[in-house]
Amino acid sequence: MTPNMTNEEKYALLEDFINQQENKSTSLIAILHYAQELFDYLPNDVQTFVAQKIGIPTARVYGVVSFYSFFTTKPRGKYKINICLGTACFVKGSDKIYNEFKKQLSVEDGEVTQDGLFSIHPVRCIGACGLAPVVMINEDVHGMLNAKEVAPIIKSYRDKEGM
Amino acid sequence: MIDVTINNITVSVPEGTTILEAAEKAQVHIPTLCHLNMPNVRYVNKCSSCRICMVEVEGRANLVPACATEVTQAMVVKTSTPRAMSARKIVLELLLSDHPADCLCCPKNTRCELQSLAYELGVREIAYKGEQSIYPPDVTSCSFIRDLNKCIMCRRCETVCNNVQTVGVYSAVDRGFDAVVNSAFGRPIIESPCTFCGQCVSVCPTAALTEVNHTRKVLEALNDPDKYVVVQTAPAIRVALGEEFGLDAGTIVTGKMVAALKQMGFDKVLDTDFAADLTVMEEAAEFIDRVKNGGRLPILTSCCPAWVKFFEHQFPDLLDIPSTCKSPHEMMGAIIKTYVAEKIGIPAEKIYVVSVMPCLAKKYEAARPELVNDEMDNVDAVITTRELAEMIRESGINFLELQDEEFDHPIGQSSGASVIFGTTGGVIEATLRTACEWLTGKPLNKIEFHELRGLSGIREAELEIAGMEFRIGIANGLGNTRTLLEKIRNGEVHYDAIEIMACPGGCINGGGQPAHHNNWGILEKRSRALYAEDQRKPLRKSHENPSIIQLYKEYLGEPNSEKAHALLHTYYQKRELV
Ligand code: SF4
Ligand code: SF4
Ligand code: SF4
Ligand code: FES
Repeated sequence: MTPNMTNEEKYALLEDFINQQENKSTSLIAILHYAQELFDYLPNDVQTFVAQKIGIPTARVYGVVSFYSFFTTKPRGKYKINICLGTACFVKGSDKIYNEFKKQLSVEDGEVTQDGLFSIHPVRCIGACGLAPVVMINEDVHGMLNAKEVAPIIKSYRDKEGM
Repeated sequence: MIDVTINNITVSVPEGTTILEAAEKAQVHIPTLCHLNMPNVRYVNKCSSCRICMVEVEGRANLVPACATEVTQAMVVKTSTPRAMSARKIVLELLLSDHPADCLCCPKNTRCELQSLAYELGVREIAYKGEQSIYPPDVTSCSFIRDLNKCIMCRRCETVCNNVQTVGVYSAVDRGFDAVVNSAFGRPIIESPCTFCGQCVSVCPTAALTEVNHTRKVLEALNDPDKYVVVQTAPAIRVALGEEFGLDAGTIVTGKMVAALKQMGFDKVLDTDFAADLTVMEEAAEFIDRVKNGGRLPILTSCCPAWVKFFEHQFPDLLDIPSTCKSPHEMMGAIIKTYVAEKIGIPAEKIYVVSVMPCLAKKYEAARPELVNDEMDNVDAVITTRELAEMIRESGINFLELQDEEFDHPIGQSSGASVIFGTTGGVIEATLRTACEWLTGKPLNKIEFHELRGLSGIREAELEIAGMEFRIGIANGLGNTRTLLEKIRNGEVHYDAIEIMACPGGCINGGGQPAHHNNWGILEKRSRALYAEDQRKPLRKSHENPSIIQLYKEYLGEPNSEKAHALLHTYYQKRELV
């Protein structure tokens, strides 16, 4: 994410990027990746912008965005809490941790807390089964968790932000 | 050439032929569902998503889809082995397990390709009970309803809207069980750049896409003693309605249609052809005015509401080149509620105008807020050819036995020029018959412009009239239209007048017409029938129609007069492109 940029600056960068593509319509996925990096998610306006700049129907862009799970159309928090619900983590009670995060933050999955700091995303196996149950908050891995540790973890991020 | 044997019949076919195409040549029927193949209008859907066409190929372990598998030298195909038959049935039963089984009350009952297939493959029970997707139907448009619960993901609509019409409303979205064909952001159709041409509705095999049915509304009006119900029928109805009653495509049933409408209790049965003549008068006058006074050319015809909506979304910078003429049925409505109302002594408020149209866009058009005069809608209800057939059946009328009857007066006469409005090229030919005579002041020796006829997507001709050269263009289908308009916008080509129809082939292939069964021959027959009807008419030119002459003399004055403008012309607006 590029928090210090205005939306206008982001759109300008995106337009430059699109213009650099030799074949605009076959680079759709690359363009969308770049857009998601800039905006952190792909709101309808960004999808419409991409469609119009490439010159393809918006429905097609939306079709691609909705097909691939790595694209997201909802805003995410500054800290993205990815909770693994893969088999290994699940057997070790990751659902309890998942519920505890939801309770502590009063959000459902995909939603962002009011202060914009956190969002919760259940994910399939992230390949750290040895640490099950495991949660990734942005790049930080928190392994072998139990539900009691959830509140302190949240607090540590809040402290970092001075909140 | 490649030799291939299908069910013991050997045929020779060129390389690249699919098993399905080879089977057709061998006269072996293979059931299909998603497949759509009308190459001359690019209605070619080969996504091979349904897997209904599975067949057995000797030497291959797995069954293959016939529509997507190319033949190879000495290939031996068996289409009706127990294994292939049971595979097809399983595929179909799986499709049916996620399909609401309410055929009895379905708008597509007896006309649904999925239903026919269940019959053809002998499905007696649906062995799989699956979760059913539940989508609320999209009833936001005035033209058609989308009921995604009945969508089988054949993606024909997507192909037609994207590749042929280049409007791009639909895309396959989401994945797995949630996958569906939907609009951008799943928005209701009314918020999309849809033109309501209805071509997606024509090719949808099920009731996922169906017209908004106005037959109830019309019956209620007929039942209302305070309403004087006037019906008008478009040119393209008379050459297609018969198909709904088992007649061959292109059978002209004008007389029976009029008789049926009279039996159903309409107070007056009028012919939209009259208004087509009126359109010619107004459009020819507008054209000549632009030619003589250096107005912007080309003039573009404006009688197709889907095309109108297309340019409002896609070419807002060209809003001033289309003619300002309303479409013929709207002109007709305006004249019925003024001139005709006065003539027959019925107050306009009591008059209810029903248009029978080959078209779904006309349903939307009738609801456009600017198409009113004296705060009254020009047209109150629009039903399609299919809906008219439905009403005739419901009324218990034996259509085939009806004795021919004539349209009512006072505006009952029409010329041959007006009849050909129903096929691509007809509007411009009709307009030229009049414009030429007005420009030269002399009668035409040759009134048929064969150079403008045919069904191909883009055509052009150069004509010399009164010592001036005119370049005429014709486009049908919105993709072809886009090609032509982009060239005009970039200054690559110059034309003086262009006729545009949203539906490939024109209104003979409108979204409200009887099913064409993916058979282009049916459309050719309808088109030929219109030209035959033109030839049969004693009157061939719009400006010689005595009813038209009388209307101008008694009421409108001159073409393009102030009064004519108020009643017969309209304006356009820029629309969003989402
Ligand atoms: S009605 Fe025409 S423009 Fe609208 S979705 Fe269907 S094919 Fe596309
Ligand atoms: S809406 Fe109709 S045409 Fe479109 S994919 Fe579904 S079933 Fe096929
Ligand atoms: S071509 Fe005819 S049937 Fe098709 S949308 Fe236009 S007016 Fe309607
Ligand atoms: S008809 Fe062949 S896969 Fe659908």
